[in-house]
Amino acid sequence: MIYIKLFLSFAKIGIFGFGGGMAMLPMIYQSAQQMGGVSADEFSNLVGISQVTPGPIAVNAATYVGFVTAGYGGAIAATMGVAVPSFILVSLACYFINKFKESTVIKGAFVGIRPVTVGLIAAAVIYMGQSVFASVSLVPVLILLATLVAIGKLKVSPIAIVIGAGVIGAFLCG
Amino acid sequence: MTDKLKKIGENMYLQLFLSFFKLGLFTIGGGMAMIPLIQGIVVDEKHWMTEEEAVDCIAVSQGLPGVIAINMATYVGHQKKGVLGAVTATVGVILPSFVIIIMIVKILSGIGDNQYVNGALVGIKAAATGLILFSAYKLGKQVLKGWFQVVLAVAAFVAVILLDANAVWPIIGGIILGLIYTGFKRKKENGGEEG
Repeated sequence: MIYIKLFLSFAKIGIFGFGGGMAMLPMIYQSAQQMGGVSADEFSNLVGISQVTPGPIAVNAATYVGFVTAGYGGAIAATMGVAVPSFILVSLACYFINKFKESTVIKGAFVGIRPVTVGLIAAAVIYMGQSVFASVSLVPVLILLATLVAIGKLKVSPIAIVIGAGVIGAFLCG
Repeated sequence: MTDKLKKIGENMYLQLFLSFFKLGLFTIGGGMAMIPLIQGIVVDEKHWMTEEEAVDCIAVSQGLPGVIAINMATYVGHQKKGVLGAVTATVGVILPSFVIIIMIVKILSGIGDNQYVNGALVGIKAAATGLILFSAYKLGKQVLKGWFQVVLAVAAFVAVILLDANAVWPIIGGIILGLIYTGFKRKKENGGEEG
């Protein structure tokens, strides 16, 4: 049945997709190909659309491929395929972390994981920043600096900053 | 009547759903862009987690396979309200993308070519970069308390940026080194007591 096929095809991403977003793109492409209905051209459109729409690219791709292949039911089946494996894995992780919270092993592991996470977040700044500094215009750099002042000094909510930056960008970077 | 409405508004499941719906709606530019937003809502606004618990949530979400946004929603939902809370938060974070993509397929197929949309995206990416930078600074100030922490953070950064390593490897390395480090520290402390 097409729904089960869609579900399984996208479940792969939820089970084996490490590293998030762009790192999962080749895998997402495979899943889209498997379903037949999506050409390479359509896929590159999809990646473009995913970048201008909110949400994780894997979810966007699953919804898109599922909908194009088998309508609303297909969209739901493929999206659930992406979500369900992660959901189960994270729920199990939570269960064990909570159960063994006081164990020296869990505590020791987190002593090492926390600083690594800080390093990974700092690395994300470089990835995201590439497009900002590659731009010929100065506006993105100014938006970045204004963001630092807004969040660091003025305590503006991050969502308000995202909306503001979107409006400014639409008129000054378009 | 207003009491009833107030009660509905305070319902934890509804709060989880709405918060993660908001996160799904305003996360543009990938899972990492969600980190500052999740800190804003979950730590600063709702006080559902401490800063440190949020770091653990980010770490677990990055260390496990799958979509980071879904992992974070499941984690926060699970810690607040068990499996049902996890379902609520996950559906909340997925729903905006789901609805928007179907709308685009049905009506707005040219959205990627619109110059205002692309301009808005440039602005949002710049802001997201600033927000993530601030998150790294804020978390770093809290987490990087000694040489061990600083070395690990720098090593993770170098591994991902210069060596192009998948984020899983630094996390696995961090677990192993964390266990060794705390093991040595315990031994030293115990030894100190005996001596």
